[in-house]
Amino acid sequence: MDPSAAKLIGAGLASIALVGAGVGIGTIFGNYLQGALRNPSAAPGQFANLLLGFALAEATGLFGLVVALIILFVF
Amino acid sequence: MDAQAAEEAAHGGATSLPNPMHQFEIKRLIPLELFGFDTSFTNSALFMVIAATLITLFTIYAMWGGKLVPTRLQSVAEISYEFIANMVRDNVGTSGMQYFPFIFTLFMFVLALNMLGMMPYSFTVTSHIIVTFALAAFIFLAVTAIGFWKHGIGFLKFFVPAGVPAVMLPLLVVIEVISYLTRPLSLSVRLFANMMAGHTMLKVFGAFVVALGLLGGWAPLAFMVGFTGLEILVAFLQAYVFAILTCIYLNDALHMHH
Repeated sequence: MDPSAAKLIGAGLASIALVGAGVGIGTIFGNYLQGALRNPSAAPGQFANLLLGFALAEATGLFGLVVALIILFVF
Repeated sequence: MDAQAAEEAAHGGATSLPNPMHQFEIKRLIPLELFGFDTSFTNSALFMVIAATLITLFTIYAMWGGKLVPTRLQSVAEISYEFIANMVRDNVGTSGMQYFPFIFTLFMFVLALNMLGMMPYSFTVTSHIIVTFALAAFIFLAVTAIGFWKHGIGFLKFFVPAGVPAVMLPLLVVIEVISYLTRPLSLSVRLFANMMAGHTMLKVFGAFVVALGLLGGWAPLAFMVGFTGLEILVAFLQAYVFAILTCIYLNDALHMHH
């Protein structure tokens, strides 16, 4: 196989890590909404934790994206 | 590549879409070399100076002759002050308020850099990992130094989780140390990857608008408006997360909570 083709396939495979970020963000917001609808008065107090969890979940997926970009632009 | 070919690759020639990475290029505005190091004044440095100047002028002007009933501009400054003050108080406690000036400066600086990057034809300083890593490495070193200064050598107990069977300890201590040492990496990569991925996406979709032309470009243009709104949200959110994680790390060092 042409090495540059292998590079592009590798970068594509590395971006699959973003699937995990999508699942994680969906879980966090879904569970927050579920909890907020059950007990609306407790919801505003957990908003900071919601944003924190969102950022932590998104970051793990973005590590995969960084790997993809390194494959594309460094090697 | 000669100059014309580089120009074509950057802005899209007759056949290809423009290179979405071209916006992150660092240009030397005033070439300068000191002691063998390249210390040129770059567009990155220019935007850092603009951000610092804007924040300083805004806070001084907004609070000039502060009134009991604040004007509109004064309330913006007061809201941002209270927002960060509450964040520090909730996450670090009242003993952490002595570090409030640093957290406030950090938040305003990152927020200003992110927001300046949202303007067309501007430069996003935080989309370069070396900038965010320098910030995160400074925070990591300072927080570790504060931990050892407050607790002495007892700060090492932070890496030994309480209430764990002794058989598991060798494994868990290693995991704790590794997770502590990856903090500057995850803190910097989170901000850098969010800003870079967002701006790359905006450029790619912006190219679709131009490529589809006057007839077909309206659908991607509608997406672009939505994405730009989302990116402004992300710009604020990442500055907030950067500041709140600094607070949490500071709390770990001051109170050794898990």
